[in-house]
Amino acid sequence: MSYSLEQSGIARRSFLRVGAVLAATALIPAKLWAAIARPEGAFKATALDATFAELGGTPEPHDGIIFTTPDIAENGAVVPVEVSIDESKLPGVTKLYVMVEKNPNPMTAMFMIPAGTKPFVETRVKVAQTCNLYAVAEANGKLYMASKETKVTLGGCGG
Amino acid sequence: MAGRIRIRAQVKGDSTEVKALMRHPMETGQRKDAAGNPIPAHFIEEVMVTHNGNTVMHGYWGAAVSANPFLGVRFEGGAAGDEIVVTWRDNKGETGEGKTKIK
Repeated sequence: MSYSLEQSGIARRSFLRVGAVLAATALIPAKLWAAIARPEGAFKATALDATFAELGGTPEPHDGIIFTTPDIAENGAVVPVEVSIDESKLPGVTKLYVMVEKNPNPMTAMFMIPAGTKPFVETRVKVAQTCNLYAVAEANGKLYMASKETKVTLGGCGG
Repeated sequence: MAGRIRIRAQVKGDSTEVKALMRHPMETGQRKDAAGNPIPAHFIEEVMVTHNGNTVMHGYWGAAVSANPFLGVRFEGGAAGDEIVVTWRDNKGETGEGKTKIK
C-alpha cells in the first residue's frame, strides 16, 4: 500500500515539473507581447459608463484632443476615425482609446504610445447606430475625452 | 487566408508615417449566418508596430474595429531603409506579420 502511494507521489511530482516547464514556455511569447495587459473588463463592458468605470472614472472633456470622425457615415461597418493630440495643450499622453457609445461593447480600441511616438492614431471602426463616438486620452494618470456624433445610415453590425 | 498585411512607411519631415492594412474578417460574434446560426467571434485582439525592433505602437482591439483593419501611426525619427514590422494576434491565437522598409 505504502509502496503504491509513494509511486503515485513521484508520478505526480514529475507531472507537476513537466507542467511547470510547459507553463514557463507558454509565458515567454506573452511577456514579449505585453507590458500592459489587455483591459478585458473594459472591452467586455456593455455601457459607456461601465467602460469608463473599468478604466478608472469618467474622463474630463479636453480641447487638446482632436477627434476627427465623419458627421454622416453611409456605411456604419467602416467609419474612419482619427485621434491626434495638441501637445501644447495636453502633453504627456501615453494611451489613446476609441469608444462607440451605442455599440454592444463601447470599447473599440486602445493604443499605448511609447516615448518618441506621436499621440496620433488612425483606424476604421464599426458603428452600430447613430451615436456619440469618444476619443479618450490618458496623460499623467488622468483621463480626458472628446466626443463627436456620427450619424449612421446603414448599421455596422450586420445580421 | 489570415496573415497578410500591406504596409507603407514614409518619412514625413522629422517623423515617419506608417499605414498598415491587415486582412482579417473581424467577426463580432453578434452576427448570424443564412441558416440563423451565430457566427463565432473572430477578431484581432492585439497589434504591434516596431521600427528596427523597437515598439512604436502597441494596441489592443475589440471586435468593433472594421473588417480588414486599417491602422495609421506616426513616430519621431526613422530613415529610409529602416525596417518596419507589423504583427497581430487574434482571439483564436492566430497571428499575422508583415514587414517593409521605410521609403
